[in-house]
Amino acid sequence: MSARDVVITGIGLVSSLGEGTGQHWQQLTVDQPQPTLDRDRFTPYTVHPLPQLDWGLQIPKRSDQRQMETWQRLGTYAAGLALDDAGIKGDEALCATMDMIVAAGGGERDITVDTSILEKSQSTSDKEVLLNERLTTDLRPTLFLAQLSNLLAGNISIVHKVTGSSRTFMGEEGAGVSAIETAAARIRSGQSTHLLVGASYQTEHPDMLLNYELGGYLHRGDWAPVWDRAKAQGGGIVSGSGGAFLVLESREHAENRGRKIYAKLGRVAAAGAAPDEAQITHMLSELDLSGQHLAISGATGVETITDAERSALVAAGLTPRGFNSLTGHLKEAQFPFAVALAALAVSHGAAPARMASGEAPFSGPLDMAVATSFGYRRYGGVAALSRA
Amino acid sequence: MTSTVDHLGRPIVAVTGLGVVTSLGVGKAENWAALTAGKSGIHPITRFPTDHLRTTISGMVDFLPSSGKGNSALTEELAAKAAEEAIAQAGLGKDFGGPLFLASPPIEMEWADRFALYSGQEDEEGYARLLTAARSRNDRALFEGSQFGYIADALSARFGTRGLPITLSTACASGATAIQLGVEAIRRGESDRALAIGADGSASAEALIRFSLLSALSTHNEAPEKASRPFSKDRDGFVLAEGGAALVLESLESARARGAKVLGILQGCGERADDFHRTRSKPDGSPAIAAVKAALEDAGLGIDGIDYVNAHGTSTPENDKMEHLSLSTVFGERIKSIPVSSNKSMIGHTLSAAGAVEAVFSFLTMQEGVLPPTINYDHPDPAIDLDVVPNVKRDADVRAILSNSFGFGGQNACLALAREPN
Repeated sequence: MSARDVVITGIGLVSSLGEGTGQHWQQLTVDQPQPTLDRDRFTPYTVHPLPQLDWGLQIPKRSDQRQMETWQRLGTYAAGLALDDAGIKGDEALCATMDMIVAAGGGERDITVDTSILEKSQSTSDKEVLLNERLTTDLRPTLFLAQLSNLLAGNISIVHKVTGSSRTFMGEEGAGVSAIETAAARIRSGQSTHLLVGASYQTEHPDMLLNYELGGYLHRGDWAPVWDRAKAQGGGIVSGSGGAFLVLESREHAENRGRKIYAKLGRVAAAGAAPDEAQITHMLSELDLSGQHLAISGATGVETITDAERSALVAAGLTPRGFNSLTGHLKEAQFPFAVALAALAVSHGAAPARMASGEAPFSGPLDMAVATSFGYRRYGGVAALSRA
Repeated sequence: MTSTVDHLGRPIVAVTGLGVVTSLGVGKAENWAALTAGKSGIHPITRFPTDHLRTTISGMVDFLPSSGKGNSALTEELAAKAAEEAIAQAGLGKDFGGPLFLASPPIEMEWADRFALYSGQEDEEGYARLLTAARSRNDRALFEGSQFGYIADALSARFGTRGLPITLSTACASGATAIQLGVEAIRRGESDRALAIGADGSASAEALIRFSLLSALSTHNEAPEKASRPFSKDRDGFVLAEGGAALVLESLESARARGAKVLGILQGCGERADDFHRTRSKPDGSPAIAAVKAALEDAGLGIDGIDYVNAHGTSTPENDKMEHLSLSTVFGERIKSIPVSSNKSMIGHTLSAAGAVEAVFSFLTMQEGVLPPTINYDHPDPAIDLDVVPNVKRDADVRAILSNSFGFGGQNACLALAREPN
């Protein structure tokens, strides 16, 4: 035990399962949890939609809500849940010295404007001039700010007053891994005492689906659990909307505030390029695991990497729970979500129910859990969570 | 030999390689010659038609093979060119052996590609049509061009950097943040060296229109080279530009051990987020003031320790006013005797690259003993009482520099750069 251990004192979660740690844990521990699916809106694709949220609970000013699209609102909301959970929300001194790392992609485009330009482009000889004319006239000026990657962090600063520092990492699932890894390293080295880290992803928007489908990554046809999509149509990803934010603190900082600690965040191992099974096995070995443990896996459903991860986990004596079967793929939020669920499991001393029929039961004591996220195209990471 | 740890006992971070590309040219030599000659790289836009646009000038990089081939391709080439120069200067080979921090713009599919996808399919409308076309084309290059992690992955493979490369955005402060992340990694002892790159090749019609709709851009189209007028009374916005810069950061101990030439020291970094507004600074300037103070404190420097300020100096009415407020608050009366110039008067605003580009120019400033001017300073803003090194370069012995970067979303990042300790 060390004063500079990295501990988790706040968790903010939103997904199709609900909002907050309580609803999520309840949903994850019922016998045979079921996914919430929307099969119709984006057919032939299935998505896990957002639950009903009252944005005003975390974003009181309507003017702030109006400046954001759903991705930023969702992240600001989930960040607020995490700050509330850690007892930091509204504490000016703590927020003003709090560091922040957000993992982000881009925000939603204006589909109406895009569609109208695409349609008009069919009957014009000069598409570039058309583009200038329409974008100049039709784009809402402040939409740019709802699209900029670093403006989720910007909105969190404005709404929740977190202003110690603000950094935004980009790069799909890997951004979430780097965000957690860097956050933990800063606390462990004394560069930071308390830090807000996380991401949100809003998939219920055709432009967001397009980024996957340019590479043929989306699953089509009947829904199947994340481990069983190899033989189905499409590339294996069923995406979901959601967000996950964590408050990380040094043990000393958390104990001085008398806060409840969910779990200690141990070693984080990350990989560049496109890791294979041998590399995943090596990364798991860096976590110094011994015995049988639970793995909260962010596996995407994309065949090669999902199979490689599953084999490596099982070979390392880990029992996987693939939460994508219940939440869908949350992109940048994938790793923060995995770490959050692993921390919840450790704090409850219990495993979630099997998230798909093929998953093995987990019995025995739970004082440690592994979180994973390996990207559909590149990058990946694993982390060990243990009892505080 | 002096100590290799700083005033807080942390490893001192040296710079052993620098590379840069802007509208003024490729490499340090070309850029420095133009910059000290007061030459502007701002020119009329030729990459796309300018019909219906309020701004028709920019500092785009139009002379590279990837120019005009889209945001992702040009950003990658700008980053790679700068990194090659920096790594060669550092005397390191193909296997860099430390982490990569890349500041780059958010990525989106190009309109040309959207049009092409849309034309190839006829039986559906709107985005459903794009989705079907995307699925049937399965074009890997198009896919990779839409992935935020792609450029850093490609650079990492090319230069042999270690681990999961970090791609970041803090808007117009991104380049400074990339350097800061590298400094922090070396101070933590995670690596002896790090590669920090800022690159931005994202000047598309849509990007220009977005900034234009926020009234952020200069519309002095008639004389492009005179459009960027930092600290002038008649400044009316920034000039959108492209560029790339790379810095090889290395612990001073490691640099000396391998006999590398030390080009300077990354002595301190400071940052503070602003909670006031998405595009405007808090009226009292307190976040920018706090960021400057934090950089000085991190560097162990007092206000007498800074000999020159490489300003953010965008030429927008708001930025230059707020930057003056923060500098005059931190430095007090002394600010009148500290030269403050803006490279953006010549190269425009290179956005995600700016912090890195201007850090490279700052090291050259110390090395050469020459302050690049603020050009187009014909009508001083009487409310901004600064020595902006007007219009003509000046010789000066500079030991330490403050380099400022401020961005949308309340991003404020400041770097304190110094010569190698004797």
